[in-house]
Amino acid sequence: MTYLPHTDADIEAMLKVIGIRRIEDMFADVPEKFRFPALDLPEAISQMEAAWRLEEMSHANLPGGKTAIFLGAGAYNHWSPPVVNHTILRGEFLTAYTPYQPEVSQGTLQAIYEYQSMICALTGMQVSNASHYDGATSLAEAAIMALNVHGLRRKKIVLCAGIHPEYRAVVRTYMQGMGVTITGDEDDSADWDRLIAAVDGDTAMVAAQYPNFFGQVQAIPRLVEAAHEYGALMCVVADPIALGLLKPPGWMGADVVVGEGQSLGIPLSFGGPYLGFFATREEHVRKMAGRLVGETLDTRGETGYVLTLATREQHIRRARATSNICTNQGLMALAACVYMSVMGKHGLRRVAELCYHKAHYAADAIDRVDGYQVDRSKPFFKEFVVQCPKPVAEINDYLLSEYGIIGGYDLERAYPSRVNQMLIAVTEQNTRAEIDDLAQALSEVAK
Amino acid sequence: MKEPIIYDLGAPGRTGIKMPDPDVPVYDLPAELLRDELDLPEVDEMTVVRHFLRLSQLNHGIDKAFYPLGSCTMKYNPKLNEDMARLPGFLHLHPYQDPSTVQGALELMYELQEWLKEIGGFAGVSLQPAAGAHGEFTGILMMRAYHLDRGDARRTKMLIPDSAHGTNPASTSMSGLTVVELPSDARGNVDLNALREQCDDTVVGLMITNPNTLGLFEEHLVEVIETIHACGGLVYGDGANFNALMGICKPGEMGFDVMHYNLHKTFSTPHGGGGPGSGPVGVSARLVPFLPGPIVGLVEESADEADEEDVPVYGWVMPEKSIGRMKAFHGQFGMHVRALAYMLVHGGEGLRKVSEMAVLNANYLRVLLRDTYHVPYDRINMHEFVAEGRFPDAPDVHALDIAKRLMDFGFHPPTNYFPLIVHEALMIEPTETETKETLDAFAQAMLQIAREARENPDILHSAPHITPVGRLDEVRAAKELVLCCRPVPE
Repeated sequence: MTYLPHTDADIEAMLKVIGIRRIEDMFADVPEKFRFPALDLPEAISQMEAAWRLEEMSHANLPGGKTAIFLGAGAYNHWSPPVVNHTILRGEFLTAYTPYQPEVSQGTLQAIYEYQSMICALTGMQVSNASHYDGATSLAEAAIMALNVHGLRRKKIVLCAGIHPEYRAVVRTYMQGMGVTITGDEDDSADWDRLIAAVDGDTAMVAAQYPNFFGQVQAIPRLVEAAHEYGALMCVVADPIALGLLKPPGWMGADVVVGEGQSLGIPLSFGGPYLGFFATREEHVRKMAGRLVGETLDTRGETGYVLTLATREQHIRRARATSNICTNQGLMALAACVYMSVMGKHGLRRVAELCYHKAHYAADAIDRVDGYQVDRSKPFFKEFVVQCPKPVAEINDYLLSEYGIIGGYDLERAYPSRVNQMLIAVTEQNTRAEIDDLAQALSEVAK
Repeated sequence: MKEPIIYDLGAPGRTGIKMPDPDVPVYDLPAELLRDELDLPEVDEMTVVRHFLRLSQLNHGIDKAFYPLGSCTMKYNPKLNEDMARLPGFLHLHPYQDPSTVQGALELMYELQEWLKEIGGFAGVSLQPAAGAHGEFTGILMMRAYHLDRGDARRTKMLIPDSAHGTNPASTSMSGLTVVELPSDARGNVDLNALREQCDDTVVGLMITNPNTLGLFEEHLVEVIETIHACGGLVYGDGANFNALMGICKPGEMGFDVMHYNLHKTFSTPHGGGGPGSGPVGVSARLVPFLPGPIVGLVEESADEADEEDVPVYGWVMPEKSIGRMKAFHGQFGMHVRALAYMLVHGGEGLRKVSEMAVLNANYLRVLLRDTYHVPYDRINMHEFVAEGRFPDAPDVHALDIAKRLMDFGFHPPTNYFPLIVHEALMIEPTETETKETLDAFAQAMLQIAREARENPDILHSAPHITPVGRLDEVRAAKELVLCCRPVPE
């Protein structure tokens, strides 16, 4: 067997030491009726054949790189510098466990500590944890934290419809046993008057997305004020690339900033593994979920790093923990840390600017095509909404079959009133030629 | 040995990656929305490479040496898996692409679901949960939804043995249910009398880890399951220890209603220093409608398998009474690729052999150590065992000292102080990918440490000696709380 080192002689010698005759003798506790069931599974193949098999499956897909992608909606086709992948492939990072033994885990611990520092800088917050599974579960954990901050006395979470629809769905899944009301997103608009009207003294948290799911940048301070007036926490779901350019929510009074970190050097990979980031104010640190790395000293007086405030966590506090989270997205946090290091202060801004200019070029190009109209009611960053003359699915079929272009997200999927509206994402990886092709194709399909 | 913080390795104006000039006209940026400062590092690319390489060298990993961390299944993470997950046809797929453009990825997920169903004996599988604890939470929400769907709203009590992982009670609380802890009996099994006392019409179910965290196969498992089912409850299996059971028994056949698999334990996907993991759930027929979704379904079967053009069509299906979505998109797809790569090179027979060799290695090591380290539940164990890290004639020496001293021998220590029901616990799981020579060397080190505990206990108390840092002051870390290396904004 490929990864099993045992020779017949090894097995014989080991059985002898144990004092049993056969391998089967070790399984006497398994009820006989159920012991050694037949497995209706294929026979083993070699590594080489397995590689062929999986390569064949991968060829049955149409990946970005072979084609232009204008699909975003929470997962973005950004460029990842090779140094990111090479770093996370280091066996010492890749094959380590959660750093419970700090003396032999300083690499992971310091990297997370640096990651936490960069997330704080990016979001304008004071503390960041080591990660959650993705942006959606980060938001759900923020909601749980908000309930705990209010001692479970408040029972309402207000979510803006401009938050990713799947994130809102995950918050609802997470909270189904908690007796909490989730409201604010009943209609399809991201209008804040409606949202503010839903905030009251029973509200534990108000959340909005920045830029919102439609790519628009809405001014946060008004919402912060409304939340704080009733003592609710203000949570902002942010795009980390946009934060390379835009004022961070922390500067505008947000209490929690969460989001999807996939854009920070992590490949699309059909939806995962991604990275949920989570940052908040220091006063909430004991109520937050997840791993935290802190600086300390060792017996020799040298600086070192450890997991800290473990008394919040499930392995210590069990039923009374702030969350059940154990394994998180450590390696993805490392990827983001390397990305933010190598892009740095100047590179990240540059990426954000490229997205901004190209998205605006695309919006202008599409606006010029008869039958299409870009929503310019608010400033946008790298995504925007286009009102189309035909169903989005029909347009996307044409883009794919005639131009090999993967078109935008059909907003009607999640917002029933947004008929024939396409959400288009443009990143630094979309060239001018691709954008011109897109406009050309849109014009042809409109006819 | 110390590596500076990345921020301290840069200089103003430096950047690692130069991005191109825009190939489109430059648009005016909305000045009122812009930030005037972004406090990220300013370092060149080679400095970044060296920094993270040097950090990596401060870590212990499976690729470096033996890592017998109990309950974590630190087996070899095949390099093939890494290459497969990085095939461009997987790596650059957007999760919202039309199913017609991702048939290979859907086929892969479908096939993984089928393998997991067969290995576990379950009727349905969802790949959505992102980790073990996430899978547990998923399972508990399904159990809750099942009872509510039958109009049975009285059930709020979850029974959990005292040997359980902390995630079990934590996941239960998150689901709005109450935890009732069950004691273990003298042989390390669930105490049947205590179980019977709790069984009434308020029981949601039982969460049981089998083999349990002592590494023992539950001796009365069938009776335990029947007792729960008799009172209308469901049985949750914590699959953290499933590495002992592939081809040995199928939990679904034994009556488990739901179980999560840890792809990052049993199926060799890397732990990554704390994730990403992947925690698919398998369920019995009555829970299939409640699975989180969407999951991959066979939309159109191939009518003629001999015809290469006539291939089956896969698509997304939402289970009828789904508890909803556990995360955005479709789960940790990259981990699904790795797990299937692992399964393909083993086949059904090979997976049984994996479990057999994992159990063989653990029993061999237990017998090598049992005369020196007290094993409180000393019977044939499964893939791991728990010894006590204390000696009556060396009362100042603790499990922690033994763990730290092991680092000086180049080994990662076992899990210590868990399970909570064993004093000074050392929980040892060697896994099947280790050679007999490695196990012998580890046992030698453990025996030497036991001698040192009597002859020279100071060398244990001051251990580790050869690591990049000595023992760290965890109290100080929690008290002074420095979580960020940059000035913190007001």
